[in-house]
Amino acid sequence: MIRRIPTLLLPLVAAAMLGSSPAGAQQTSATATAAPAAAPAAPSAAAVNRFNRLLKPAGQRNLPPPEDGIHDPTNEGTHALQPPRAAFDSMTSSNAGNRVNWVKSLESNAISPRWDRIDGTAAPVVMDLNIVREVKGSMPDVVYPHKQHTEWLDCSNCHPAIFIPQKGANQISMAAILLGQKCGVCHGKVAFPVSECRLCHSKKKDAPIARTGDQPAK
Amino acid sequence: MKHFPWAARIRRGLAALLFAVAALTLMAPSDSYAEYGDVVINNYSDAAGMRPVIFPHWFHRVRFRCKVCHADLGFQFKAGGNEITMLKIIDGQFCGACHNGEVAWTVENCDLCHSAKPGTPTQVHESTIQKLAIPVGQKAAAPAGQGGSK
Repeated sequence: MIRRIPTLLLPLVAAAMLGSSPAGAQQTSATATAAPAAAPAAPSAAAVNRFNRLLKPAGQRNLPPPEDGIHDPTNEGTHALQPPRAAFDSMTSSNAGNRVNWVKSLESNAISPRWDRIDGTAAPVVMDLNIVREVKGSMPDVVYPHKQHTEWLDCSNCHPAIFIPQKGANQISMAAILLGQKCGVCHGKVAFPVSECRLCHSKKKDAPIARTGDQPAK
Repeated sequence: MKHFPWAARIRRGLAALLFAVAALTLMAPSDSYAEYGDVVINNYSDAAGMRPVIFPHWFHRVRFRCKVCHADLGFQFKAGGNEITMLKIIDGQFCGACHNGEVAWTVENCDLCHSAKPGTPTQVHESTIQKLAIPVGQKAAAPAGQGGSK
């Protein structure tokens, strides 16, 4: 009977020990071999050492506003906002940014964004001119298509403040782009991010030596 | 006390559980998964006791081309760089060019825009600078936003 009393008091004792760890330390050392105790800690260890720790997990892309981490879920209006996936379902998907290809979605008329604030029939003046920029190093040359850009933007958005409209007048580096200058004013903020190297660096070099006579395509 | 060894086992089990819960709760709030290009504007909101504004670029991009806001309405390509106030909006500038009850809903719907968690700094969410693994971006983004508030 005397042996049973401690058993009945066990929850109380456990609670007391949780509160006072020095008292529990002796007990732990006495029974260390009996309790492996590694199993309960396993889930958190797996979370710490999970793959792509710094990347956004696939299941957490395009979350609805109340779950997206910056909208306040206690705000009533947050729950009235459209979840991104509802809009993106009918659009062409991609591997970066919003996970939709905005240019292809526009080309395929999956979306028809207005060119004018009021007039839904206004259409852009599209300029079809590719600019080839030869790049140093081993990366393929950059082909800049005016066409896709003038579908969205006005000339004045880029010229002359961001890009001087003159051949050879603009010095562009990936460092500047990463810091949000030149192409990085949009690419890396709203337009497809710099992780999509090949979308710009798309023209294979003919020879390993830098060329001088190659003119931009008309 | 040596005659009931499972007290320690239970205690350690509970401690491990508590540790796991604490670790998970500590990890969770550091991640936010808002949409690429969402702009948080907190030039004046926090100081005025309002939630900061979240501008969803993607939502507007479905409906308007960049040119409408960035050429016609004069929005600069810089988060927090336009010094937008409610007075300008009700006078028909910036957001007010559309959010006037004709093209889009009116300014009375405060909490549809003012919907960020209080204290969220001005930023372009998911931007290259912000996504660099080293937290340089957060430092770079915060002064840029505060600069716009003065």
